[in-house]
Amino acid sequence: MTASTTENLREGERGKGKGKSPSSILLNTTPEDHHIAKMAAVALGLTVFENAIPSPLPGVKPGLANIITLIVLARYGWRAAAWVALLRVVAGSLLFGNFLAPGFFLSLSGALCSLGALAISMHLPQRWFGAVTHSILAAFAHIAGQMMVVYLWLIPHSGIAYLIPIFATAALVFGAVNGLIAARFMDNDDKPVTERQA
Amino acid sequence: MNLYEPFRSSIKAGDWLTLLLGCACVILLTLKLWNGEIADRAIIRSGGKIFKEVSLSRDLQIEVPGPLGVSIISIEKRKARISSDPSPRQYCVRQGWLQQAGEIAICLPNEVSVELTGNAKKYDSLNY
Repeated sequence: MTASTTENLREGERGKGKGKSPSSILLNTTPEDHHIAKMAAVALGLTVFENAIPSPLPGVKPGLANIITLIVLARYGWRAAAWVALLRVVAGSLLFGNFLAPGFFLSLSGALCSLGALAISMHLPQRWFGAVTHSILAAFAHIAGQMMVVYLWLIPHSGIAYLIPIFATAALVFGAVNGLIAARFMDNDDKPVTERQA
Repeated sequence: MNLYEPFRSSIKAGDWLTLLLGCACVILLTLKLWNGEIADRAIIRSGGKIFKEVSLSRDLQIEVPGPLGVSIISIEKRKARISSDPSPRQYCVRQGWLQQAGEIAICLPNEVSVELTGNAKKYDSLNY
């Protein structure tokens, strides 16, 4: 949803000339909106899929949806990536029924922190740093943000420091793997069409 | 290197650097946070208040009264455990021996807990 949407919304409300009842609301969407919605839907699908995978420790998840965030970041920029990530968090929480529950705020803090890390890491020279770097940095920021929320709000006990090495290892491994998958998806992006491989 | 070949163009030089730094970070964190300090005291709490503080150097058994009954805490060979407890699910008993500073066994129903500490409480820097 772009800033122009609200404009369009008002236009839609006034759109009596088009034969609509005065109360009908027409959301005029841009192609970018559609794209963000599609990508968020794919990310949501991955989130649902991932929830079916049993985890040895609550909180240790591969974060497959972040592959989508990385691809969107590389192709459409940070703003679109932020939309996709945040839409996925909100829609996912509605889907799993934990909207505004602690789990939702954990996802949200993780997503916000990793978006912050991506905003910085995307300015690294592209010649040397690719999706793998972005993914690892975002994964570390994700877990750091979540641990902060856990410590400051949910479990203010220093004992959770014992879990940090586990979460950090998971962040490194899954961050690298997700980044690799995203990079592999985008391998063809900067090649001319004739050289692309299936 | 057949497994690596398809990914060669996906990983850039800086990515290896990030990976390396990430590994270093994880190893440092693990060493820093898991350097299991040997515990030398056990703090036994009942109903949230400290019931007794004992050294782990002598083997002994302590009976701690709680709202459901008596929990028995054993100390043996510098380790401590809750060996008997009236709680229905027996979580704290099944937790077994505690050895490192910072480890804790809590019997919520009977409001009894055992926490091991070292000479210095390790994570105070986080608390304050």
